[in-house]
Amino acid sequence: MAKTSMNDLRIPLRLGLIAGGISLGLSAIGMVALFGQRELVTNVLTLGEVILLAAPLLLAYMSARQAPEAKAISAILYGLITGIVAALPLVALIVAASTLDLRQFLPNVSPALIELLTFNQGVIAGSLILTGVFAATGVLAAIAYNLPDQIRSPLSSGLLWTLTIGLFSEILSNRLRAFFGSGINQILFDGKALNPFAALALFIVITVIAAFWGRRKETVQEQISSLPPARQRNLRLASIAAGVVLLLILPLILGTYLSEVINNVGIFALMGLGLNIVVGFAGLLDLGYVAFFAIGAYSMAVFTSNGSLGISDLTFWSALPFCVAISAFFGLMLGLPVLRMRGDYLAIVTLGFGEIIRILALSDMLKPVIGGAQGILQIPKPPFFGTSLVQPEQLYYVILAGCLLAAFVSWRLSESRLGRQWMAMREDEDVAEAMGITLVSTKLLAFSIGAAFSGLSGAIFASKLTSIFPHSFNLLISINVLSLIIVGGMGSLPGVVVGALILVGLPELLREFAEYRLLMYGALLIVMMLMKPEGFWPSAVRRRELRSDEDDFTEAGALANEAGD
Amino acid sequence: MELIPTPLNAESEMRAKLQDTDIIGIILWIFRAVILVLVVWGTIAALLDNPYSTRQWLDFIVFGIAQGSMYALIAIGYTLVYGVLFMINFAHGEFFMSGVMTATVFLAGPMAASGFLNRNPILSLLIITLVSMAVSVLVAVVTERIAYKPLRKAPRLVPLITAIGASFFWQYFFRGLFGSEVKPFPQLEILTGTIPFLGTDILKTHVVVIIVTIIMLVGLNFFIMRTKIGKAIRAVAEDKDVAALMGIDVDRTVTITFATGAAMAGVAGVLFALVFRQVHFFMGFIPGIKAFTAAVLGGIGSVPGAAIGGFFLGMFESVGPALFLEGLGIPAPHQLKDVIAFTMLVFVLIFRPQGILGERLSEEKA
Repeated sequence: MAKTSMNDLRIPLRLGLIAGGISLGLSAIGMVALFGQRELVTNVLTLGEVILLAAPLLLAYMSARQAPEAKAISAILYGLITGIVAALPLVALIVAASTLDLRQFLPNVSPALIELLTFNQGVIAGSLILTGVFAATGVLAAIAYNLPDQIRSPLSSGLLWTLTIGLFSEILSNRLRAFFGSGINQILFDGKALNPFAALALFIVITVIAAFWGRRKETVQEQISSLPPARQRNLRLASIAAGVVLLLILPLILGTYLSEVINNVGIFALMGLGLNIVVGFAGLLDLGYVAFFAIGAYSMAVFTSNGSLGISDLTFWSALPFCVAISAFFGLMLGLPVLRMRGDYLAIVTLGFGEIIRILALSDMLKPVIGGAQGILQIPKPPFFGTSLVQPEQLYYVILAGCLLAAFVSWRLSESRLGRQWMAMREDEDVAEAMGITLVSTKLLAFSIGAAFSGLSGAIFASKLTSIFPHSFNLLISINVLSLIIVGGMGSLPGVVVGALILVGLPELLREFAEYRLLMYGALLIVMMLMKPEGFWPSAVRRRELRSDEDDFTEAGALANEAGD
Repeated sequence: MELIPTPLNAESEMRAKLQDTDIIGIILWIFRAVILVLVVWGTIAALLDNPYSTRQWLDFIVFGIAQGSMYALIAIGYTLVYGVLFMINFAHGEFFMSGVMTATVFLAGPMAASGFLNRNPILSLLIITLVSMAVSVLVAVVTERIAYKPLRKAPRLVPLITAIGASFFWQYFFRGLFGSEVKPFPQLEILTGTIPFLGTDILKTHVVVIIVTIIMLVGLNFFIMRTKIGKAIRAVAEDKDVAALMGIDVDRTVTITFATGAAMAGVAGVLFALVFRQVHFFMGFIPGIKAFTAAVLGGIGSVPGAAIGGFFLGMFESVGPALFLEGLGIPAPHQLKDVIAFTMLVFVLIFRPQGILGERLSEEKA
């Protein structure tokens, strides 16, 4: 400590400035103020404050880790400096906003934001409080770094779970009221956020449980693995059965609104399963994937619509195979010309295809067939033994069936000869060809099976919405689906579901997120590639690959390792 | 399993030609023939029926050159980066957007409001352009540092994915920063009106666009061919390891390459705003893809190629709908302008990946 020179302090200064830059950016683009409207704990904490403090917390933790010597005090000093430096850009913003009319340039630097940043205490006092809060955050992060792991990890899971429950208060309280009446609901939540005392109690309870579980986890795992094989199998079967039952009764638990959300997740998961075959298994980066979704949806619309553009009176069920077949055929047709392309060229060409299909759907040229910008209306919902599946809770089963079918096909394919050919091709086309794999048929099968799943998804989508417009089929859908399989883990089936839940489910639940959805997708794609290129739920093969050639992957690998420590 | 029992990745042209069972080759030839027939048929029909006057055709061509100039300037960024890193910088369109968005909101708008813009039009434009270039360069350098540099040695798909991520990140970052509405770019009095030229009248903005582009391209050529930094860029493009042995700081050179491309995009942004008189957070996306098309058309990796490709693409887009789509009897052919660009991209990549100038790179793994 005695010999702390300026040189040593460069690390916390730099990290502090980065943290400050991130917080400043989040404030300037309006995320902090908008999320500030969502309370997590009534009158105590809003989501805006959480995202404001997230960057200093994380970077102060990183800076504490780089502190010299193993002394707690130097780590705390580093954390403190990081925190204080991180507050400076925001203080500059507060001062600038109080003297200039920044709003004419930056519409999101609103009085509400400044109020939130200064805790409603005026410029000078507010800036001091803000700096103090940031400094305290930095110190807390440094202290957390110095705590032994057995204490730190239960504390952090307690904090994370409490915040998560706070975030979803509105939905949770709604569901609790539906099942248990208003009693337990009133204890936990007031209005749309957690009650402060309940939050504290939850935090303590979860921390204790997490600490207990952390200690007992290994013994439980040992006990299970020491059971006789027959009982282990029974246990596994029982958990699978429980999962199936849960899937079947899910809409009853979730209610109408959440069923609608889960249906959207399902539509995207179904598309994700298709893209997973093309990108995850076969390694062909397809950015025009939305084209097949559109083709499936338009086929369903043209076949079944009761409006002027409908050409037949097929029902949903009898039209479905045609939609899937048409999509698969287009997958084949669009696959043919790009057979000789690789990697990034393929990505751009498929993107071009996707845009061509969208512009054609919008143009006057095809208007007599598919309606141009007015789209196709009056598509009936799927019929079912005389009734029609109108409610989201009923449609859920159609989508679930589609997802299960696609997942089953993908799973069987991934273990088949074709699946292994895809993976060989993904690793190295030339070597794969030398090993006797016919690239043409292997690639075309990947394109058309992927397209078939997407077409199925599109067909269900058309029937679910009952009207479709070209604007629903833009490039962002392709990016959305690509992001979800990357977040979940390329080539991994559970990963697709995890990715869809995170990237489609979360933004549906948190409506405020909608405006910043793509911003977060973009950031997430970068962060995932830097820190966790194998995704949250990687397939076993992929994990092995990415871990074994660490040398080829120097910096990303090192970062991933650090994150894993 | 065995749909088509022939290997397709033929290493030499000879072998491919000898294999008469190459069904893919035949299908590609059919594609080629169909497009050729459609274009020729449409063109003949349009010329026989000729609904436009010579003057209108000239207008189409001038507009095409002006539009192509912007594509050319943006395409430089794609081509430089591809030459050095063999990666498609998907976020390049956002470099183009970020500079001019910032300059419009902070400079052009207030300058026009105070009357400064029309009192000192040249000085104002110069400041706006410099700020636009600076912001584009800043965004490019930050993107390169965070999203590309740590992944230099990762599989090729990985930096492409981060580039897509960066593209969407910047779009929505600037949307959050400046708002989602279309912002008007003020009109300069000095640039209103037309100049008579070869029996037609050319908009003054178009003249400015074309002249500025030519100056920028000549300047860039000087920078790449005559300066020491330019030499370093060429050396790194040739061989990174050897360049490093020769004492060139490869990382710094890569950053400079990104910055150069972004500076060009910054200028293109201002020209775009002058012509269309509005800016928007999504404005970089489509021009970005089209400029990429231009870069591929000219031969990616080649700087003169990018310029030629840009002019070509601009012309095709502007003349094409009237020339061969209308002849085919397609209603409202100008809606399909983008389809022409994308179809050209697809066809260039399929049939002549080396472009007009440039070497064949698409099948190599670089």
